[in-house]
Amino acid sequence: MSLKSNLHTLKEKYKGTKMAPAFNALHTFLYLPNEITHNGTHIKAADDLKRTMNTVILAMVPCLIFGMFNAGYQHHLALGTIESAQGFLGASFWTWSNLVVGMWKVLPLVVVSYGVGLAIEFLFAVIKGHEVEEGYLVTGMLVPLIVPIDLPLWMLAVAVAFGVVIGKEVFGGTGMNILNPALTIRAFLFFAYPTWMSGDKVWVHGAVERAGTADAISGETILGSYAQSQEVVYSYADMFFGIIPGSIGETSKLLIILGALFLIFTKIGSWRIIVSTLIGALTMGLVFNGVVDAGWISSSSKFFGLMSVPFWQHLIIGSILFGAVFMATDPVTAAQTNKGKWIYGFLIGFISIMIRVFNPAYPEGVFLAILLMNVFAPTIDHYVVQGNVKKRLKRLKVKTT
Amino acid sequence: MSNNIRIKKGLDIKLVGEAALTKSEAIKSNFYSIKPEDFHGLTPKLLVKAGAKVKAGEPIFYDKSNEAIQFVSPVSGELVEIIRGEKRRILEIKIQAEKTQTFLEHQKIEVKSAKAEDIKATLLASGCWPFIMQRPYDVIANPNKTPKGIFVSAYASAPLAADYDFVLTGKQAELQAAVTALSKLTTGEIHVSVSKDSHSPFTNLEDVVTHTVSGPHPSGNVGTLINKIDPINKGEVVWTVSPQDLVIIGELLLTGKFNAERIVALAGSGIKEPRYLVTKIGSEIATMVYDRGIEKEANVRIISGTVLSGKEIKPDGYLGYYSNVVTVIPEGDDYEFFGWTKPVFDKVSTSRALTFSWLTPNKKFDLNTNTNGEHRAFVITGSYEEVFPLDIFPMQILKACMYQDLDEMEALGMYEIAPEDFALTEFVCVSKQPHQKIIREGLDLMLKEIG
Repeated sequence: MSLKSNLHTLKEKYKGTKMAPAFNALHTFLYLPNEITHNGTHIKAADDLKRTMNTVILAMVPCLIFGMFNAGYQHHLALGTIESAQGFLGASFWTWSNLVVGMWKVLPLVVVSYGVGLAIEFLFAVIKGHEVEEGYLVTGMLVPLIVPIDLPLWMLAVAVAFGVVIGKEVFGGTGMNILNPALTIRAFLFFAYPTWMSGDKVWVHGAVERAGTADAISGETILGSYAQSQEVVYSYADMFFGIIPGSIGETSKLLIILGALFLIFTKIGSWRIIVSTLIGALTMGLVFNGVVDAGWISSSSKFFGLMSVPFWQHLIIGSILFGAVFMATDPVTAAQTNKGKWIYGFLIGFISIMIRVFNPAYPEGVFLAILLMNVFAPTIDHYVVQGNVKKRLKRLKVKTT
Repeated sequence: MSNNIRIKKGLDIKLVGEAALTKSEAIKSNFYSIKPEDFHGLTPKLLVKAGAKVKAGEPIFYDKSNEAIQFVSPVSGELVEIIRGEKRRILEIKIQAEKTQTFLEHQKIEVKSAKAEDIKATLLASGCWPFIMQRPYDVIANPNKTPKGIFVSAYASAPLAADYDFVLTGKQAELQAAVTALSKLTTGEIHVSVSKDSHSPFTNLEDVVTHTVSGPHPSGNVGTLINKIDPINKGEVVWTVSPQDLVIIGELLLTGKFNAERIVALAGSGIKEPRYLVTKIGSEIATMVYDRGIEKEANVRIISGTVLSGKEIKPDGYLGYYSNVVTVIPEGDDYEFFGWTKPVFDKVSTSRALTFSWLTPNKKFDLNTNTNGEHRAFVITGSYEEVFPLDIFPMQILKACMYQDLDEMEALGMYEIAPEDFALTEFVCVSKQPHQKIIREGLDLMLKEIG
C-alpha cells in the first residue's frame, strides 16, 4: 500500500477522536486533503490558508538567511577578527564562518519559537476539537526575526507561550485575535525583561558575556547612536543593505523591499497598508524636520538627534520597513476595509516615528505603534462601514420625502 | 431606452465543456418529479393524492402560507408516489407521464387590454407564479405586494451557463406577452440586462428598459443589475424572473397551456459532447447525461444548475424546477501530494501565490470538486472585494449573518442580496467558508423575525 492510502486508512480510523486534529495537521501538511464541496459553489479556487501563509514565509526566508550571515559578521567584526566588508557583496561578509555562528544562534531561536508555539496550538486544537489553524506558521517565523540575537532561549519560550495563549488563544484562535501575536511576544519580552531588550548589549552576539571585561564590545543599534546624538559610523549603503547590528531579520532593507514586492505581487500582502505606512512615516519625519528647520528646538534638546534625521532616512534605520511589510499587513489584526487600511497604515507610520523621536530611551516605536493601531483597527473599520450604512439610509430618506 | 452598465470587479471562470450551440430532443423521461425544496421556504399542501390522474398544468399542491400560489404538474399522467422525510415533510412528488399529453386549458388572455388583477389571478392559478421571485429574501414573490420594479437578466455570465441568446431564439412573441403582462403588475419598469454584443430578442421588445452590461461575472447576475440601477431600500420589493421562465409565462398567456419545456445546456468536462437538450421541468437526469455524456464508471458530480450555485443531484435524480443548466464535473475526492505548497497551473486562483492562472487568462480549466484546503476562520481580507461589484461590504455582512445581528444585517444591505451574489466570494475564499449558505440562513432568519 502506498503512503497515501496508508495515511487515509489512519485518518478514517482516528476520525472523531481527540487526537484527530493533531493527526490531520500533519496529514494535511503532506497531502492536500480529499475534502469535496457540498452545495454552494461546487468548485473552489486553488488557494487555501496554508498556501497563503507559506507565501508569507517564503517572503521572509531571505531576511532570515541574511540575518544569520549578519549575526556572525557583526560578532566577528566586533571582536576584530575580520575586516569590515565594505558593502553588500564584501568578501568578509558572505563567509562560512559567519554563517556557522549565525546558524548556531538563530536556528535554536527558530526551533524554540515553532516548537513552543505549535505545541500550544496543537494542544488547544485537541482540547477544543477544531483543526490546527495555520496562523502560527507565520508568527513562528516572525518571532526569531524581531528579537535580539543574544536573547536567552528560555526567555523566548516564556514569551512565545504568553503571546500565543494571551495574544491569540483566549480570543478564540487564528482569525479572532485583536493583537498581532508576534508583536505581543515582542512586547512581552520588552516589558518583562526591559534590561535585556533595551540595553546596548544584546544586539551583537557575544557582547553580553564580555560586558565589563577588558575585551568588551559594543552591541548597540544605530538607533541608539542617533538617539544619543552620536556620530553614526555606518554609511547609508550599509544601512540599506543591512550590514548593521539590529534584530535578526530587520536590518536588510533591500531584502525586506524584495519581500514586500513579492507579497504585493502575489496579492497576499496589502499594498495599501505597506504604502500608507511608509507615507505616514515620511510625513512625520517631514514634520520633525520642519520643527528643526524652524529652530523651535535647540541642538541641546534630547530629541534633537533623531528629530534632525532627514525624513527619508527614517525608512532605512530601525525596523519601520520590516514592521510595515510583515507586521502591519497581518490581515486579522489590521483594518479589514480597503479605505480603513489606508488610515490604519498611515497612522502606524506616523506614530512609529513619533515614538521613535520622543522616546530616546527606547527608540524603536514601530511595534508599539502597530499594537496600538491593532486595537484601533476595528474602530477605523466601524467608521468606514458606517459610511456605507449612512449612504443606504440617505437613499431611503430621499425616497420617502 | 438603453443604458450601459460596466463592472470591473468580478471573475470570469473559464471552464472546459461549454455546450455547443446545437439543440436536440432529450430522451423522453418516464417519470417526473417536483421537489418542494426547490422552492425555498415553502410548506406545501397537497391537492391530489397518490394514484390520482393529473393533466399537464394541473395544480398538485399550494403554498400553505399563501393559498393562492399553486404549483402544477409539468406533464399529464399518474401521480405515482409521494416521498416523505422526517415529520412527514414532503420531499418529492413523482409523476409517471402518459404517452399522449393532455393539458389543462386556461383562458387565453389579451395581454394588451387585460387588467392587472386578471393577469395576477391567471398567473397564480396556472402555476406560473412560482417563477416570479422577490427580493428581499430571494423567495417566491408575495402576490399581495406591488414591486417597485421587475428585473430580468438576459445575460448569463456564470461559468458554463446556458446562452440566453441561443435558447430564446424564436421566442419573441412569448417574451413580449410575458413582459407586457408583468409590466402591469409593477409601479415601475421592467429592467432587462443584455450583454454588449448580443442579439438578444429583448432588444426589440416593448414595455421593457434594456441595459447593456459588460465586464466579468457577476455582470450577468440579476442582483448586480438591481444594485446598479435601483438598489432596494428597506420596505421596498422588487421581483426577478429569469428569461426561460418568461417564455413559459408568455406561452401560457398566449395559448392557455402550461408548457414545461426547458432548453437545458448540458455542459462540463464530464460530458463527452456538451450541447443543448430540449426537455421538461422535473425530468429524470438520466435521460440527459448518459447519451454521449458521462463515460462509464466515471467519478463525476452532476449538478442541476451552474457550478457556482447549482444543486448536487444523484444519477437517479431529477432536473431542478428552475434549472436550465446541467453541469457535470469530475469529483475531487483524492489527496494531492504537497498540494498546498507546490506551484499550481491547472486551477483557477485570484492570487499569484505560486498559482499561475494569471499567466493564462484565456485558458479553459478543468476544475474538480476538491475544496483545495480545509475550512478555516476568516483570515484574509480584501480578496472578496475584488470579485464583488455590489456596494456592500461582503465580509462584514457575512459576519453579521453568522452572529445573527438583525440590525446590522439590515444596515449593511441584507435586503438587496441573494445567496448567488456571494458565489464568487465563496469560490475565492481562502478559508473555504460556505458564503451562500451563511447568506441563505441570514435571509431566512430575517424573513422569520422581520417578515
